[in-house]
Amino acid sequence: MRLFVITATAALAAGVAFAADTVAPGDVEYGEYGEVTASLSGAAGNAESGAIIMATKSKGNCISCHAVTALNDSPFHGEVGPSLDGVGEYRTADELRGIVANAKMTFEGSVMPAFYKSTGFIRPGNGYTGKAAEGDLPPVLTAQEIEDVVAFLMTLKDS
Amino acid sequence: MNFKALTAIASALTLSASFVAAGGADDDTLVVNDEISIVTKAAAPAHMADAVDEVISGWHFRTDETQSLQADDFDNPGMLFVEQGLDVWNTADGSEGKSCADCHGDPEESMVGVRTVYPKWNEAAGEVRTLQMQMNDCRENRMGAEAWKYDKADAINVEAMIASVSRGLPMNVAIDGPAAATWEQGKELYYTRTGQLELSCANCHEQNFGNYIRADHLSQGQINGFPTYRLKNAKLNGVHSRFKGCVRDTRAETYKPGSAEFVALELYVASRGNGLSVEGPSVRN
Ligand code: HEC
Ligand code: HEC
Repeated sequence: MRLFVITATAALAAGVAFAADTVAPGDVEYGEYGEVTASLSGAAGNAESGAIIMATKSKGNCISCHAVTALNDSPFHGEVGPSLDGVGEYRTADELRGIVANAKMTFEGSVMPAFYKSTGFIRPGNGYTGKAAEGDLPPVLTAQEIEDVVAFLMTLKDS
Repeated sequence: MNFKALTAIASALTLSASFVAAGGADDDTLVVNDEISIVTKAAAPAHMADAVDEVISGWHFRTDETQSLQADDFDNPGMLFVEQGLDVWNTADGSEGKSCADCHGDPEESMVGVRTVYPKWNEAAGEVRTLQMQMNDCRENRMGAEAWKYDKADAINVEAMIASVSRGLPMNVAIDGPAAATWEQGKELYYTRTGQLELSCANCHEQNFGNYIRADHLSQGQINGFPTYRLKNAKLNGVHSRFKGCVRDTRAETYKPGSAEFVALELYVASRGNGLSVEGPSVRN
């Protein structure tokens, strides 16, 4: 087993550029319950684009595990995670940001993948090719995409 | 994913786009050719009783249409490859000019029960061997023929033929004695969360069998039905190739078919199905 360690210099060399206000995956500060208080991109999220990210296979692909009534135009919702209907009612944006960025900080040992994490994987691959990752792994979603997803989740008020 | 079948189901049930079906295994029973009763559910073997109560064949998680293809050899496309495997069995090859049949005779007699105990410890070689490794040992050392490529046509067709004569007999691989270390290695691999999605076999097939993941109805990932004829790619699929696909889907670097890791994983996963009948060649989507 080979742990993949990304160093600050490697990140720079690979040209993983973060805008001035963007928090890099390794710098995210999780609170006691896994919540993250500040926007990861420094900007507000766009709920419409969040909805698209959640249903897109190569992006969040969240509906492969979660049912979301508001996304019923996209076929086949999974049952691995709970329905997200009403989640914007009973969770805060900070909690949701933490869960989407790295659910294991909120739910220990969760099956849910971390979407804003770039190191510490076992046998990281190059996307879905089955080949070894070359160089640094970008997080599955960008900081702004996380914010967009959080903005969409906050619109889910009815369960 | 078999989109055709799924669209058919979705429209048959006139479901809305959100497809959240009641999960779980169904209660159907499988009898092949009105003759061979297949045990598709069994009490969990002792070594995994803390994980699940019951071990369940992947057959239970497929649609009625797919299930029915396995009930009759005329409908089972995998049986065409079994025929090809039988031809290979009877054909001389290599420097010794021998066929499998020259040493082993009629597989309906000599090969009954063989599938149930593989992967198996080989004392002379000092290693756990899969059925394909054992076949290649015969080819290289008794026939003077080239080893078959892992999970490729001849290997998989003959493996399917050998499995087919054990249909109905319970899987019964040994996990103790000299096989124990390999079994432990396989178990470790089964529970290791790989790739950028950090998912283990257990996350999907132990914690979530019966649940849908997108359009796929998760089974326990049992291998008693291998080789499987998949409607998705219209050919027989080997155990290691299936493992490779599942590992790839965690966004991980996979192991290779035939690798020591997959041999160990095959022994471990086979042991999780001890008690289920051999079904190969089964039909899956
Ligand atoms: C492989 C499965 C999987 C995927 C993919 C997945 N989740 Fe989850 N999610 C879970 C599980 C399982 C839980 C339940 C937490 C637990 O107990 O581990 C969960 C919990 C959650 C929760 C907390 C719900 C609550 O009741 O408080 C939110 C919010 C959430 N997920 C959002 C998302 C979003 C957004 C995405 C995509 C960007 C996503 N999930 C992708 C499996 C998944
Ligand atoms: C992200 C989820 C996921 C993970 C992780 C995963 N699988 Fe699978 N696996 C599937 C799906 C989906 C299928 C197709 C439906 C089914 O039979 O479960 C499948 C099918 C299988 C099958 C075929 C079962 C049959 O009856 O034909 C086997 C065997 C299998 N998996 C073994 C494994 C092993 C071993 C691992 C770990 C190395 C693994 N899987 C990891 C999702 C996964």
